[in-house]
Amino acid sequence: MLFAAEAFDWNNLAQQALNGLTLGALFALIALGYTMVYGIVELINFAHGDLFMLGSFLALTIVGFFGLEDPNALASAATWKVILAIVLCFLAVPVFCAGLNLAVDRVVYKPLRNAPKLAPLVSAIGVSFIFMNAGLFWGGPQDVNFPDLIPNLAGTEAPNEPETPAADAAAPAPETKASAKSAALKNLLGDSPIRLTAKDLLILGVTIPLMIALTIFVKATPMGKAMRATAQNPTAARLMGINTDRVISTTFVVGGGLAGFGSVIYALSVNTVSYQMGFQNGLYAFTAAVLGGIGNIPGAVVGGIVIGLVRTLGSAYIGETWTSALIFTVLIIILVFRPSGLLGARTREKV
Amino acid sequence: MPIRILPILFVLAFVAAGLLIPAPPTNTGSDRVKIVSSLPRSGSAKGQTDTIVDGIRLAIDEAGGEVTIKKTGKAYKIEYQDLDDATAAAGQWTAEQETNNANLARLDPDVMVYIGTYNSGAAKISMPILNRAHVLMVSPANTATGLTKPNEGERDEPKRYRPSGEVNYVRVVPTDDLQGRAGAEWAQFMGVNKVYILDDNEVYGKGVADLFEGHARKIGLEILGRESIDAKAQEFGALMTKIKRKDPDMIYFGGTTQTKAGQVAKDLVKVGMKNCKMMAPDGCYEEAMIKSAGADVLEGRFFVTFGGLTPDRLTATAGGKKFVEQYEKKFGKKPSEAYALYGYECARVAIEAIRQADSKDRDAVRRAGIALKDFPGITGVWSFDKNGDTTLQEMSGITVKNGKFEFAKNLEVKQK
Repeated sequence: MLFAAEAFDWNNLAQQALNGLTLGALFALIALGYTMVYGIVELINFAHGDLFMLGSFLALTIVGFFGLEDPNALASAATWKVILAIVLCFLAVPVFCAGLNLAVDRVVYKPLRNAPKLAPLVSAIGVSFIFMNAGLFWGGPQDVNFPDLIPNLAGTEAPNEPETPAADAAAPAPETKASAKSAALKNLLGDSPIRLTAKDLLILGVTIPLMIALTIFVKATPMGKAMRATAQNPTAARLMGINTDRVISTTFVVGGGLAGFGSVIYALSVNTVSYQMGFQNGLYAFTAAVLGGIGNIPGAVVGGIVIGLVRTLGSAYIGETWTSALIFTVLIIILVFRPSGLLGARTREKV
Repeated sequence: MPIRILPILFVLAFVAAGLLIPAPPTNTGSDRVKIVSSLPRSGSAKGQTDTIVDGIRLAIDEAGGEVTIKKTGKAYKIEYQDLDDATAAAGQWTAEQETNNANLARLDPDVMVYIGTYNSGAAKISMPILNRAHVLMVSPANTATGLTKPNEGERDEPKRYRPSGEVNYVRVVPTDDLQGRAGAEWAQFMGVNKVYILDDNEVYGKGVADLFEGHARKIGLEILGRESIDAKAQEFGALMTKIKRKDPDMIYFGGTTQTKAGQVAKDLVKVGMKNCKMMAPDGCYEEAMIKSAGADVLEGRFFVTFGGLTPDRLTATAGGKKFVEQYEKKFGKKPSEAYALYGYECARVAIEAIRQADSKDRDAVRRAGIALKDFPGITGVWSFDKNGDTTLQEMSGITVKNGKFEFAKNLEVKQK
């Protein structure tokens, strides 16, 4: 409808696909935590989205510790300080999320391991509330701006580039502060109509290696083998001498760690954190896990990317208000034809 | 989201229900009159409502804390109660809290005037409750046109808020229809030709965006498109990429800080629309907006219309200067938000209504309140018209400079 009148704009499609890919990669990171835990203990860990939210708040606190919260302070901050803050975020937040996830498993889920399935599920919803209120206490009820650290870095990485094209002369805010920003939000593909920014690169540059590492971990290490065995049949795995408790703990640690990485790149690229963000993102990620086939690792990645693409392409060609409805319509359609998800039926193992 | 906060709301509703159990009956012959206010005292609007409450306290202090009924010569002590219609969990007003507050006021025979609400949506809930109880309601901040003006909002507005058929609601701020028109004219003045309009799909946001769109078309601005956002979405990269292709000079966002105005601004910059301005109505005129979007994003790019005078402009008028001085004397700081003035005006209207009614009788106070004429306001003499709207039509255009809101332009609004 929208594009019938004009020539079809392939550049726009490519741009929106790129947007969808980066967004989908983010959802996939969170979805992995849902799907791994489900694969091993058949528990839908509803607290996972809120764990992701708490990770973002920790990142914000770390950045605040370096005094970079204020845009003015950030503009004059030394580059090493910004890099140090980012590195520290990438180290501390995944460890924090992994530890918290492990603690929740030990305290809440483990005693319920042999209870009816509904008991740990309801407990997970309870944990989600606790986390959300912790986030409310930590960050307050309003959306909080997460300082734009990446442009600052990219700006210093490419000091030789001409700041802005001539068109920028008419910019409403030709402030000096904005110059670092414009240099950084600059298109890395030069004059191409498709924009690839440092932020997009960051998302892909963190998620893709993580997913490769996870695949290697599950496919090639003894612990990964133990995980696959536990996923297939916990009783048999135990009989074979596998310490399933350790396997479950490892799963929670890895899932939490991935959520931690997700929260740092989310904060760095979306630049807003709020105590409610865990709900919406968790919901999308959970949908991604179901879409791909819950319990299936490549499935979660595929599901995340599908949802990212539906979100952006839906917004581009159908309408922004319809995107949520559209995502769930796609979910329903896929589940009608493939009840176990996109990749759920093809692979037998759950992890 | 609403699903998850529901249990919390239930608990709050029970707590509030506990409060509703009638306190030991106060005899109507008590020697006090009560003014209550119902404003979002927790959540992101707290900064603004703090100053409103300060303004109310200042006005009551100035009246000596009492009002004398000439007829009987009896002096009634003015008691003020500061009610919250928000919850920390929701981060903004909730229908449950507002209902509780209205009922609290209705059931207390000492309550003569209800100052509120802050959000137009909340007013829709408490207006019918208080209308049946003949309580005068004075709002310092509601701007939705449908609350008072016929033929502006939905078909049965404002009748449905007046089940008793009488008017009991007045407001001291100019309404949204002026904001939409003033915004469109200001945009044209700034050299904007092509506009893309967004709204948050809520009563206030959609309403203002409609009015902006209508007037923008009339004065010849090109409307590139119009879309509603999902205020629960976390980012708008895809939407902004789409809008960027149309190359607008300005995006008008009908919405508030709470419905993701900050994220819209952020993503506008992120997709590289360097020359695109953004304009929003007074729902975004609060410090929380700068906090959520980041001052660097808004700098020189963001414009807000506001129905009234900004604190820095206030001091330019003689009455305003005096008000700011007195405020500073009492609270040790200058009013940080413009709504301080409207809180103060509301309380003065309330006291004057009781004085003119000359009896401690709700219906008499209501009648006196809606009939106030030639009231010596801070920034000029004004009256309430037959709908309960102020005849004062001052609008300010505000922008962000050096990380702070700053007055930019006096917006002339021609009456229709």
